[in-house]
Amino acid sequence: MIVRLMGEGQFEVDEEVAKGLNDLDEQAAQAVEAGDEARLSELLQRMAGAVRTNGARVPDQHLDASDAIIPPDDLSLEEARRLFEDEGLIPDLPAAS
Amino acid sequence: MAGLMSRASMVVKAKFSKLLDRAENPAETLDYSYERQLELLQNVKRGIADVVTAKKRLEMQETQLQQSVVKLDAQARQALAANREDLARQALERKSGLQQQLQGLDQQAQQLEQQQEKLVASEKALSAKVEAFRTQKETIKAQYSAAEAQVRIGEAATGIGEQMADTGLAIQRAKDKTEQMQARASAIDELTTSGALEDFTSDQTQLDRELGQLASQSQVDDELAKMKAEVGSGEKQKELQQ
Repeated sequence: MIVRLMGEGQFEVDEEVAKGLNDLDEQAAQAVEAGDEARLSELLQRMAGAVRTNGARVPDQHLDASDAIIPPDDLSLEEARRLFEDEGLIPDLPAAS
Repeated sequence: MAGLMSRASMVVKAKFSKLLDRAENPAETLDYSYERQLELLQNVKRGIADVVTAKKRLEMQETQLQQSVVKLDAQARQALAANREDLARQALERKSGLQQQLQGLDQQAQQLEQQQEKLVASEKALSAKVEAFRTQKETIKAQYSAAEAQVRIGEAATGIGEQMADTGLAIQRAKDKTEQMQARASAIDELTTSGALEDFTSDQTQLDRELGQLASQSQVDDELAKMKAEVGSGEKQKELQQ
């Protein structure tokens, strides 16, 4: 499956890696809930590391959508919280005025 | 709480479908989406230029602070040579305060550097995808019926929409970091002009004045001694003539 590391690009990873990512993701969500920034940062870095090490980079010109999107590995706790708010951290895309 | 990955995917998709909702038919959707992609490419280029400007300002401020550190060090030595330990201590205390500010600036410079790298990578990825999308868009327009086109558009658009959301976040984060840096730079400027840190860059700090007074005091003493000697020898000459 294809995984996007936000701010970095897309990677093709196998099912085993994907499963590992889900486990880490669950723990990351718990870290956000517990307000533990160091732990969140550690987990995001482990997720990104697993993708970088075990994944194959998808060329930039491919237009495939990703099966999973991982937030930037230097995401702050505050940014992670904003991701769960209504406006969702990511800004609106430019729209014609 | 849901995972970060599923939440990120959801937000990314929501941002892009919001954009596509504006177009009415497949051809329009393609063209509209392409225009927005070009606009975002301009935004990311501007974002890179802004980070470069911010980095330059940071470097200038660092240079100024470094010069002040060197100057304070020299002043501390000057004060010690004049047996004014109190003044030397004052200079060294200020020097240490400035060194702390410098460390903070250093960290920010590193963060800006990272943001710049991410923006450049993001621009490269977006640029490649926009080009691929442009080709595909023309193919879809030329070869497919409206119903088929809708499916193809969905595939191409989701992929590029994801990149657009990613690039959008990179621009936003770089902007946040740049603003934080500017706030700090202004705070340091304000501290120095309001005198809380003293204006080390001006020529007249309290320390300068006191050291200046010491120097002029010793110059006066020297001249006085010299004059006394001259006047003294003149009087002796008079005595001889009488």
